[in-house]
Amino acid sequence: MNTTKPAGRTDVRALTGSLVRLVSEPYYHATGDELAVFEAAARSCLPVMLKGPTGCGKTRFVEHMAWRLKRPLVTVACHDDLTTADLVGRYLIVGDETVWMDGPLAAAVRAGAICYLDEIVEARKDTTVVIHPLTDSRRALPVEKRGEYIDAPPDFMLVISYNPGYQSVLKEMKPSTRQRFVALDFDYPEADIEASIVAHEGGVDAATAKKLVKLGSLTRKLKGAGLDEGAGTRLLVHAAQLIAAGMDAGTACTAAIARPLADETDTRAALDDLIAAVF
Amino acid sequence: MSERKLFAHELEARLDELLLLSLRQRSAEEPAALLEALPRQMQERVLHWAGVAAQTSDDLGWLIASLAAVQAASLGESLDDWVRAGLDAYDRSGLAATRKVLNEFAAARQGSARRSLDSVSFVAIEGRLSRFLHALDGRPLRLVSGKTAWTDTETLWLPERLDVATDAAGNRRLFKAMAALLWAQTRFGTFNVDPEVELALWPDRGRGLAWFALFEAMRLEACIAIELPGLALDIAALRGPWPAELEAAAESLARSDATVADSLNCMAALRKVGAGDTPKFPHVGVLDPVAARRVRAARVVREMAIVRRALNVLRGTGLHGPDADKSDYPPLAAEGETQVVDPQSELLSLPPPAREAAKSLMQDFGDIPPEVLHPAGPGAWQPVEGIDTSNAASCTVQPDAFYDEWDYRRATWRHDWCHLYEMEAPSGDHEWVDEVKLRHAHLIRSIRRRFEALRGEDKPQKRQFDGEEIDLDAQVDARADRKSGAEPSSRLFIHRRRVERSLAVMFMVDMSGSTKGWVNDAERESLVLLCEAIEALGDSYAIYGFSGWTRTHCDIYRIKRFGDRYDAETRQRIAGIEAKDYTRMGVAVRHLSGLLVRQNTRHKLLVTLSDGRPDDYGDEYRGRYGIEDTRRALLEAREKGIRSYCVTIDRHGADYLPQLYGPAHYSVIDDARKLPQKIAEIYRKLTG
Ligand SMILES: Nc1ncnc2c1ncn2[C@@H]1O[C@H](COP(=O)(O)OP(=O)(O)OP(=O)(O)O)[C@@H](O)[C@H]1O
Ligand SMILES: [Mg+2]
Repeated sequence: MNTTKPAGRTDVRALTGSLVRLVSEPYYHATGDELAVFEAAARSCLPVMLKGPTGCGKTRFVEHMAWRLKRPLVTVACHDDLTTADLVGRYLIVGDETVWMDGPLAAAVRAGAICYLDEIVEARKDTTVVIHPLTDSRRALPVEKRGEYIDAPPDFMLVISYNPGYQSVLKEMKPSTRQRFVALDFDYPEADIEASIVAHEGGVDAATAKKLVKLGSLTRKLKGAGLDEGAGTRLLVHAAQLIAAGMDAGTACTAAIARPLADETDTRAALDDLIAAVF
Repeated sequence: MSERKLFAHELEARLDELLLLSLRQRSAEEPAALLEALPRQMQERVLHWAGVAAQTSDDLGWLIASLAAVQAASLGESLDDWVRAGLDAYDRSGLAATRKVLNEFAAARQGSARRSLDSVSFVAIEGRLSRFLHALDGRPLRLVSGKTAWTDTETLWLPERLDVATDAAGNRRLFKAMAALLWAQTRFGTFNVDPEVELALWPDRGRGLAWFALFEAMRLEACIAIELPGLALDIAALRGPWPAELEAAAESLARSDATVADSLNCMAALRKVGAGDTPKFPHVGVLDPVAARRVRAARVVREMAIVRRALNVLRGTGLHGPDADKSDYPPLAAEGETQVVDPQSELLSLPPPAREAAKSLMQDFGDIPPEVLHPAGPGAWQPVEGIDTSNAASCTVQPDAFYDEWDYRRATWRHDWCHLYEMEAPSGDHEWVDEVKLRHAHLIRSIRRRFEALRGEDKPQKRQFDGEEIDLDAQVDARADRKSGAEPSSRLFIHRRRVERSLAVMFMVDMSGSTKGWVNDAERESLVLLCEAIEALGDSYAIYGFSGWTRTHCDIYRIKRFGDRYDAETRQRIAGIEAKDYTRMGVAVRHLSGLLVRQNTRHKLLVTLSDGRPDDYGDEYRGRYGIEDTRRALLEAREKGIRSYCVTIDRHGADYLPQLYGPAHYSVIDDARKLPQKIAEIYRKLTG
């Protein structure tokens, strides 16, 4: 089951700038009809929104789809200082010359790539609007500084992710943005699927993976009762990797699951109890 | 009183005087010498008690004085209790018994002083344990302390303090093992079979129950081991090996197909050969099958009704599949109609509350009872209409407003259905708020500090027209633009202005009768903390209470309007919040979101503090109807740009909340007492 590449990583080849091309198949275990929906959206040139809790495979899914559709991929992690120029591009001074440098979004449009804007709600409000003309029938990116309109080729596809678990009202996505996308709901995979993911990605045996998944599902019941969010698949994979590297299971789970999840003493202690209970 | 210690001769004289010792040819020399070493305050306590005792009898006075001289130092604070125990024993059984009681008391006190470092109290471990249990499968359980460890299938009782193991960690493990075993009783069917037939055959019911508990402990440990092997190992280590003569039973009960019936069989076998005393294991609590089965029976009736009702609706409409719970249900199934459908897939398509009920029934029966799956006749739900015991006549004032209400069964509005009265909340005790602020002074300070940080969390705003610092990135861009002939931006500065939060928050406080007591206290305290915190932030906020009594008496209490300051009067109104009648929630949401929407802020937030689901007098608003109407009201609010959030103290699992608020927009607080601590943190996350 194990491959020789380092666990949990995908093979990419960097193209120009922020573009990468996936050269081998990123491991992705489908949990529903997401492959079909995404492919259909790609064919129809519709943008896609991935909703779901953290660490449930959204990024991995996009990588997998980029490989499947044989399109380059650009990933942008959005943050609250991200400006339009950071996405679209800016002039740089090289020697005494000015050089235009495409931002990742412009590069993706030109290359007919999939552009993945991760955690879009984090971006500044005025930044989010640049994607509006790209996501309706215009399908073009205005580059104001150059007075240019880049028309998106059919292969260009915009994908955004969004975690509805976010509780700040100040960070809600505007309906005018939301309603431009085909939405795919992601959730933690079912226990069996998740166990095979953890086994594959973490390089542990099936029994250990099963226990990790059990632990994950227990922590998810604590959402809203001590935790903001239960352990995502990512945390389970991390714990598995530590175990595969020789660490004992309890220590690995404490370090990779309990500590990142909670600060409060009672909750931490309860998580430790759960770890001890499962292993 | 002077601080100076009394010298031995002074003590001797005082004792002599109190107890008339010289008359009886006794000498206080010895006790006085011992008492000399004590602090003055302690000396006075001993003299005081010697005097009190002497009024009953000189001999008692002497006994107290002479024993106190020896033991006062180690008794410390508990000297008074020690004397009282002695006086009490004297009244009941005379002087000899008194000496015995006093000595035993002192010995026990010393023992517990030595051990108490290692003992663990329920309070100390409650938070950790309740979370632990919450994460485990099965229906939610409430955790409280009591005399012994037992469960009625919905609440777990654990001892107030454990001091059995040699260290604190051991006592904590014991708490966990006890709780786990009780959880397992509810999870793996200890109460799914009636044990009375077997118990009736035991001459000593107590002994029979003890054996039942022990055999179940054996079986349940094996059940736990399947999914939570670490926990089972912990328990096994804690209890040590089973007695040799019980090993065979333990082994047979550990088989994966063993049920509670096998435990009863073990009991029967043992009874036939003559059962002795049960070996004691510290983690095995007691069983009260009568109480547990009573609670279980009430629950089963409740949940069967829920599931049947939902199935009826489902079958009546042919709405299968995951969308079923999202639509508004058309009329109900015709009575007596049964269809053959795959029950499993059908159960999956139930709306969440009914699904929870179905899961809980599976827990109680191991399967869904067939009569639930084929509901007919009396199981069909008949909505009660017109129960409206409208006492509008008794009410002379005109309502302040009328609101429509959503009737999901008719899929239509009932126009001007709710009569709303808005009034000023009565003032409460003005000292109460001060007392709360004093009690939570530390918490308030730390909340304020964190909130001020949030407010000051003005990350430098880049690319502004004006500002304190030059924005280097912008300058470089502009320079490059200029060189290339493009028009450079003039947004070249970093400004450290405070980020405008532009947020208005409406707190909607449940004042229904069920909040009486702890919940009401917690709500009021939370509001004080919230006000303190929000004042630090500068957000605009209002507080209103709601309650009522049928659709013609929907009351809204003004506690703080948006414009009002957080002043003495507002504080008194917070103090005056009290538990009143019912929770007709939809109309309150409509009215208050109407007030909120008029606020001129970019973001608007409606926060509900509540202790449970919507409910009103009579059957009408109870259950589905109230939930559907409230959901409508929240959706309407959402359309007006209002975000809703609910903080609830609902010990029944609050399974309806995702339906009302969406998966991410509520918190369940398991214990009202924790609300004040949690609330500010919730608010911070919500608006951070
Ligand atoms: N369906 C899946 N197939 C394969 N791997 C998965 C799947 N789901 C989760 N994983 C594993 O979980 C890890 C985390 O997933 P990923 O990074 O895609 O999460 P994410 O949803 O993008 O989270 P975030 O919202 O935090 O960005 C992946 O690296 C992968 O190991
Ligand atoms: Mg991601």
